[in-house]
Amino acid sequence: MALNEMFESDGTVRPHYRAYAEWLAAMPSQRLDEKRAEADSLFRRAGITFAVHGEATGTERLIPFDLVPRIIPTAEWDWLQRGLKQRVTALNAFLQDIYHEQEILRAGVIPAEQVFRNLQYRPEMQDINVPMDVYAHIAGVDLVRAGAGEYYVLEDNLRVPSGVSYMLENRQAMMRLFPELFANCSVAPVEHYPDLLLDCLRSVAPAGVRDPTIVLLTPGAYNSAYFEHAFLAQQMGVELVEGQDLFVDDEVVYMRTTQGPRRVDVIYRRIDDDFIDPLAFRPDSMLGVPGLLMAYRAGRVNIANAVGTGIADDKSTYPYVPEIIRFYLGEEPVLSNVPTYVLRRPDDLAYALAHLDELVVKEVHGAGGYGMLIGPRASKQEIEDFRLRITSDPSRYIAQPTLALSSCPTFVESGLAPRHLDLRPFVLSGSDITLVPGGLTRVALREGSLVVNSSQGGGTKDTWVLER
Amino acid sequence: MLSRTADHLYWMARYTERAENLARMLDVNCRMTLLRQDEDAVRRRWTAMLSTVGQLEPFLAAHGDVSEPAAIQWISFEGSNPGSIQQCFDSARENARAVRGSISTETWETLNTTWLEVRRFRNHPLAAEVSGEFFEWVKFRSHLARGVLGGTMLHDDALKFTQLGAYLERADNTARILDAHLEMLAHQTIKFDDVGDYYDWGALLRSVSAFAIYRKVYRDRITPRRVAELLILHEPMPRSLRHCMSAVQHTLEELANTRSVETQRRAGEVDAMLRYGRIEDVLAQGPRSYLHEFLARTADLGSRIANDFLVSEAT
Repeated sequence: MALNEMFESDGTVRPHYRAYAEWLAAMPSQRLDEKRAEADSLFRRAGITFAVHGEATGTERLIPFDLVPRIIPTAEWDWLQRGLKQRVTALNAFLQDIYHEQEILRAGVIPAEQVFRNLQYRPEMQDINVPMDVYAHIAGVDLVRAGAGEYYVLEDNLRVPSGVSYMLENRQAMMRLFPELFANCSVAPVEHYPDLLLDCLRSVAPAGVRDPTIVLLTPGAYNSAYFEHAFLAQQMGVELVEGQDLFVDDEVVYMRTTQGPRRVDVIYRRIDDDFIDPLAFRPDSMLGVPGLLMAYRAGRVNIANAVGTGIADDKSTYPYVPEIIRFYLGEEPVLSNVPTYVLRRPDDLAYALAHLDELVVKEVHGAGGYGMLIGPRASKQEIEDFRLRITSDPSRYIAQPTLALSSCPTFVESGLAPRHLDLRPFVLSGSDITLVPGGLTRVALREGSLVVNSSQGGGTKDTWVLER
Repeated sequence: MLSRTADHLYWMARYTERAENLARMLDVNCRMTLLRQDEDAVRRRWTAMLSTVGQLEPFLAAHGDVSEPAAIQWISFEGSNPGSIQQCFDSARENARAVRGSISTETWETLNTTWLEVRRFRNHPLAAEVSGEFFEWVKFRSHLARGVLGGTMLHDDALKFTQLGAYLERADNTARILDAHLEMLAHQTIKFDDVGDYYDWGALLRSVSAFAIYRKVYRDRITPRRVAELLILHEPMPRSLRHCMSAVQHTLEELANTRSVETQRRAGEVDAMLRYGRIEDVLAQGPRSYLHEFLARTADLGSRIANDFLVSEAT
């Protein structure tokens, strides 16, 4: 039986939800319906929409926003925050090591060939020094609660994690719809995130640059996360640029302005490694900037997140993260990994093949809920098909037990019903490491579904960290 | 600012202004046909309007004959007409979306809401009796966009590029509205100094919100000569060619860069032509020939502005 965030198993309201539950009980259901409609029109008017893979260009959908917040008590957050900082610190140390001395490989903690054969390892980054030794400036760590309420890290997103704009817009919508709630519940603010992000980006400017020019590099208006790119650029007051707006001359990056070229010092890029420089990576990329990697390697510009962070958040590296924390920090991990079977290991493979109907099998390089098998929900045929894919190349897969994810009351057609959740806090690393109290809570809207991705019919909730 | 950003802002404003002026033209035509049911006159009016917006041929190809409801529908919503009101709002919103980071939230929400709501009107064909509501709505969405820009954006280059686009578009549109009116009357000889047909010329004035202005400025009956003077040369009249080009010239001076010297000179030349021109000379040259020359000059300025500011410099 999955844990319910709001209710104890005997149906009493948990203490940190009490103020909210009293307010909810006093709220006429007709008024809630009105508020739901109002929320819908707020998001539509603001154009907070995303494009869906495989649908016609220009199709825009709203991500469903649920009115019941996910609430986290103070002490729980303090502990989570400690674990998140520890984890991201260790992962940055790992990246620094992998792209320099590689002590962790020599110590035999991680098999060297697993790193070098991984496409996410970028040899171009070897022995390049990046400002403050930070690689993953923005990390979006996915957490779930299972069983009796233990937190697990599901994924470390260290490349171009998105979703933070929903965290901010959800809060804004909640405050607008239910101002009285915020007077009664002491919810920690998250609105200063763009400020922290700007500070973080400024702190990692190339050495000697005092007043850095920062830009946000987007693939353009048809990208599914374009709304977020524009939102963050506007909130930080930096230019939102596309590849065509930048050029490199003599290893210096410039943007094209109405008053001629202007030098750029820090690029917050929302484009994958493969596309940022057609001269270095995919030659067919129209999104990138030719020569950018040369300028970057010469230290004339900084890129956030760094090139090559994928080696640290890859699903093949994930099982080693607890070891990574012990190796670099000499500490026990605060946050647990989900127990993971690494199918390149013969024992794990044998176990997984024998228990496919109980396991979640993930492709090491998959993302967004595509290309995975959820054993307990799959048909016999789907399991057999997947078995063939696994045996033909086991090293491409990992397997994990299906977790009974925690749930939270959520508005659905039939009224209020429990739906499964995850949580993505955003960790910023620059001259120091910070995060706002909260994150993006995603909710699987289909009954029993464990997939929270917006591309697969997930919604979002406001996330409250209580201040006392 | 980024050249690409300037380009999007400039076109965002141009398309919004264009939508407004289309609504103005449609509005005046509808009012006229409500007054007079002479079928020939009605057809002539709508033919002239379709030709002004460059859509006569595609329209005839699709409909065979000109009728009022079809013409209104075509100019308001037709998807294959890149200059329909709905397409203008689509383009304005697409441009705004591309530079969302550089415009105020209010500006974005205004254009996005316009884009969402225009669909509401599309689905029931506009009869002349209900179309007025739509045209009013279009005009007010444009007023709102202009006010929101001025009231919420930093008054820097970004705002100036929207003003540059809006004034250039308005100058062009006023010239076309006047030209279309003259074209419609081409079958008769216009006596410019005599009192003109009250309804014809009054409707033209209303289409550019200038009926009350005319009364205020001239305190006399309506003559075609004065209407032309008001729309072409009268500086305080906010939709006159003179007023718009003075704003274009002024804005260009503020935006000047190393490449724009010749463009500024040409804008100054147009400004001087209007500033020191006399209506006698306009009429002597022939008002339509004068307007065509003017339209050629604004088109030239448009492409020069694109080259100097909006297209990225070669690396």
